[in-house]
Amino acid sequence: MELFWYLVLMFMLAMYVILDGYDFGAGIIHLFFGKTEKDKKAITSAIGPFWDANEVWLIASGGVLFFAFPTLYASSFSGFYLPLIMILWLLIFRAIGLELRGQVHNRMWERIWDKAFGIASLLLALFFGIALGNVVRGVNLGMVENGVSAHEPHYFFLPLWNPTFDPMAEHQGIIDWFTILLGIIAVVILTMHGANWIIFKTNAAINSKLKKTVFRLNFVLLALIIVSLSVWHIIDPNPFRNFLEHPWLWIFPLMTAIGFGGLFRVQTFKKDITGFLCSSLFLFGGFASTAASIFPNLLPSTNDVNPSLTVYNVAAHEYGLGVGVIWFIVAAILVGVYFFIQHKVFKGKMDDVGYGEH
Amino acid sequence: MEDMLFYDRIQFAFTITFHYLFPQLTMGLSLMIVYFKWKFLRSKDEKYNDAAKFWMKIFALNFAMGVVTGIPMEFQFGTNWAKFSELTGGIIGQTLAMEGMFSFFLESSFLGLFLFGEKLLGHKLHFVTGFLVFLGSWASGFLIIATHSWMQNPVGYEILANGKFVLNNFGALFSNPWLWPSFLHNQMASVVTSSFVVAAIGAFYLLNNKHSQFGQLFVKTGVVFGLISSVLVAFPTGDLTAKNVVKHQPITFAAMEGIFETEEGGSEIVLIGQPNIQDKKLDNKIAVPNVLSFLTYQNWDQTVKGLNEFEEENYPTNIPGLYYGYHIMVGLGTIFIGLMAVASFFLFRKKLYKTHWILWILMFMIPFPYIANTMGWYTAELGRQPWLVYNLLRTTEGASPTVSSGNTLFTLLGFVGLYLLLGMLFLILVGKIINKGPHPVKH
Ligand code: HDD
Ligand code: HEM
Ligand code: HEM
Repeated sequence: MELFWYLVLMFMLAMYVILDGYDFGAGIIHLFFGKTEKDKKAITSAIGPFWDANEVWLIASGGVLFFAFPTLYASSFSGFYLPLIMILWLLIFRAIGLELRGQVHNRMWERIWDKAFGIASLLLALFFGIALGNVVRGVNLGMVENGVSAHEPHYFFLPLWNPTFDPMAEHQGIIDWFTILLGIIAVVILTMHGANWIIFKTNAAINSKLKKTVFRLNFVLLALIIVSLSVWHIIDPNPFRNFLEHPWLWIFPLMTAIGFGGLFRVQTFKKDITGFLCSSLFLFGGFASTAASIFPNLLPSTNDVNPSLTVYNVAAHEYGLGVGVIWFIVAAILVGVYFFIQHKVFKGKMDDVGYGEH
Repeated sequence: MEDMLFYDRIQFAFTITFHYLFPQLTMGLSLMIVYFKWKFLRSKDEKYNDAAKFWMKIFALNFAMGVVTGIPMEFQFGTNWAKFSELTGGIIGQTLAMEGMFSFFLESSFLGLFLFGEKLLGHKLHFVTGFLVFLGSWASGFLIIATHSWMQNPVGYEILANGKFVLNNFGALFSNPWLWPSFLHNQMASVVTSSFVVAAIGAFYLLNNKHSQFGQLFVKTGVVFGLISSVLVAFPTGDLTAKNVVKHQPITFAAMEGIFETEEGGSEIVLIGQPNIQDKKLDNKIAVPNVLSFLTYQNWDQTVKGLNEFEEENYPTNIPGLYYGYHIMVGLGTIFIGLMAVASFFLFRKKLYKTHWILWILMFMIPFPYIANTMGWYTAELGRQPWLVYNLLRTTEGASPTVSSGNTLFTLLGFVGLYLLLGMLFLILVGKIINKGPHPVKH
C-alpha cells in the first residue's frame, strides 16, 4: 500500500516537473529572449491557459504527501521552512507577473511585471533544483550534535547556508556546492524545456533562434552532467545499488539518455512537438533515476544516530491509505479527462487564441 | 516556546483571513455568473452575456488572488504546524488531498476554457464550463469545511499508542453532524458577499448615470439574491450551526453569548455589552430575558450553561474576541436581512432605481459582508481554542518543534508586506475594471 502511494506521489511530482517546468522555462526565455512585444506575447500565450492547471500538480502532490506520508510532510516542510516559504513568495510573484501585466497598458507597468515573471521563474527553477539536491544529500535528522539528538528523530531545521558551503559538514545549509550544482542543472534543462514548448505551441519569430539555443545549451548540460556524476560519490558512495539489484531500473537512465541524445538534433526535427517530447523524456528519466537511486529512502539521514525517513516509516495508517485508493482512482480518471479536454480545445499553435483579452 | 506559538498563530490567522477574502467572493460570484449565462441562453438577450463577461473579469482577478494566497495555506500546515500535521495528517490529509484532486484540477482546467474559450466552444459549452468552475469552487469549499469540521468535532478516528490519530471510518468524515450546517451556512454567506458586491456596483453605475442598463440589472439581481441568501444565512443554517456549538462545545457557546453565570429559569439574550474578564461579568449590558433559551432549545425556560460551570483551563483563550466576533456577525446578519427586505420592497414597487438613499447605502455596504464572514471565522476559530482538535489536541502541542520564533517572525513580516502589495494592486485593478464597466462587445 505504501508502495502504491509512493509511486503515485512520484508520478505526480514528475508531472509537476514536466508541466510547470515548461512554464518556468518559458519565464526564463521571456527574461533573456523576449525583446519585442510580439515575441513576449507569443511566449505568454504559449503558457496562458495552462500554467494555472499545471501548478495544481504541485498543490495536489502536496495534498497526497500530507495524506499518505504525514511524518515526511511534517518533517520536511518544517525542516526546509525558509526555502519553502520563499518558493511560495516566488510562486506568487510569477503568477501576478503573468496575470497583472496585461491589465494596464503602460510601458513601465509592463516592464515591471515582465521582470517579476522572468526573475521569479529563474529563481524557482534554481530553488527546485536545490531542493532536489537537498533530498539526495540528506539532512541531519534529529539535529544530532556529539552523538545526541536535540529533537525527535525525524525533525530537523536547516539554515539557508553555512559559511563553508560544504555538503558534508555537520551543520549543513540548504545551499552548498552540491545543491547549487543541481540548481544550475535545473535552470539549464528547464530553459531548454521551456524553449521546446514555445517552439511547439507558437509560430514566434524567435523560434529558430530558440532551436539554436537549445542545441548550444545541450553542450552546457553535458558538461554539467559529467561534473555532477563525477562528484556524486562524495554525496552517496553507492548510488547504483538499486540498479544493480533490479536491472530493469536502468530504463530510467536510458530514457534520460534518449531524450538527451534527441535534444542535439532539435534543429532537424520535422514536427515541433518532438523537441518537447525529448526534453520531457529527459526530465522524467532524470527525476525517476534520482528517486530510484535513493529508494526506499525519501529523506536520507546524514548521521548514524537516527535512521533515514523511508517509504515504510513515514506512511499513514493502512485503513486510510486503503480507502484513499478508491477515491484516488476516480479522481485520477477525472483529471485525465480534464487534461484531455483542455489540450484538445487548445490544440495546435496558440498565437491566435490570444491571451489577456478576458 | 510561547513566543513561537504566538507568531505561528498570527501568521496562520493573517494568511487565512487574507485568503478567505477572495474565495468568499468567487464561490458566490460563480453562481451568479452561471445565472447570467443561463439567462442569456434562455432569452438570447446580449445584455446577460455582457453581464456574465463583465463579472468574469472580476472573477478571474479574484480567482488568481485566491490561488496565490491559497497555496501558502496548504504549505503552512507542514511548515508551521508540523506536530499537528504529523499526528493528524492521516485524517485531515484525506480531505485536503481530495480537495486538490477533485476540485482544484476541475476549477483550474475549466477556468482556462471558460476565460479563453467562448469563441472556440460556442455558448452552450461555454455555459457548461462555467458551471463546472462553479462546481469546482463549491466542492473546494465543501472539502475544506469537512477538514475544518473534523477539527471542531472529531469523528471516525482512533488514537494509537504513539499519539497518532488514524482514520477508522471514512464515511464519518462526511456525515459529521458539524459539517452540513456549517457548509451550507458558509456557502450562503459567500452568496451574501457576492450579491452585495453585485448590487453595490450596480448602485455605483446608477448613481453615476453610467451603464445604466447594467446598473439596473446588477442592482436587481444583487437585491434578489441578497434577500434570499441573507435569510438563509440566518435561518435555518446559522441557527443549526449555533445549535451544533451548544451541543458539542457548550463552553464555547457560553463565551460567544457572554454568559458568565448560569441563570436558572431561562437565559436572556445579550444585545450589547462588554465582557469584563477580570470580574467575570458583562459591563453596560442590554439584554432581553428568556429569548436565548428559546432560540437554542425552543423552550423559554430551559437553562443555558454559563462559563462558571466549566474548568478555567478549558476556557477559550480570547473570550472578548470571541464574544465580539459572534455579535458582530449576528448583528450584521440582522442588518443585511432588514436592508435587503426594504430594497426588495422598493424593487417590487418599481421605485428602487430612483430611490437614491437606498442606492447610496447599497454602495457603501461592500465591506460589511466581508467583515461578517471574517468575524464568523474568528468565532469558529477562537471558539475552538485552546484546542487544535477539539478536546483531543491542544494548540500548544501542534506547532513545529524546530522552527524558531525569529524565523517565523521573518516570514510573517514577509507575508504582511507581500499581501499589502497584493491587496493594493487588487484594489487598483478592480477599480479599473469597474470604472471601465461592461461594454457591449463588437462581433
Ligand atoms: C455574511 C456572513 C455571515 C452572516 C451574516 C452570518 N454568518 Fe455565521 N458564520 C459565517 C458567516 C456569516 C462564516 C464565515 O461563514 C462562518 C465561519 C465558519 C462557518 O462555517 O461559517 C460562520 C460561523 C458561525 C458560527 C460558528 C460556528 C463554529 O463555531 O464553527 C455560528 C454559531 C454562526 N455562524 C451563527 C450565525 C447566526 C445565528 C447568524 C444570524 C444572523 C449568522 N451566523 C450570520
Ligand atoms: C476551513 C478551513 C480552515 C482550517 C482547516 C483552519 C485551521 C486552522 C489552524 C490549523 C489554525 C492554527 C491553530 C490555532 O491557533 O488554532 C487556525 C487558526 C486560526 N484561523 Fe483557521 N482554519 C480554517 C479557516 C479559517 C478562515 C477562513 C479564517 C478567517 C477568515 C480563519 C481564521 C483563523 C484565526 C483567526 C486563527 C487564529 C486563532 C488563534 O490562534 O487564536 N480560519 N485555523
Ligand atoms: C487552511 C485552509 C485552506 C487551505 C489549505 C486552502 C488551500 C487553497 C489552495 C491551495 C488554493 C489554490 C487552488 C488552485 O490553484 O486552484 C485555494 C483556493 C481556493 N480556496 Fe482555499 N484554502 C483554505 C481555506 C479555504 C476556505 C475556508 C475556503 C472556503 C470555504 C476556501 C475556498 C477556496 C476556493 C473556492 C478556492 C478557489 C480559488 C478561488 O475561488 O479564489 N479555502 N485554497
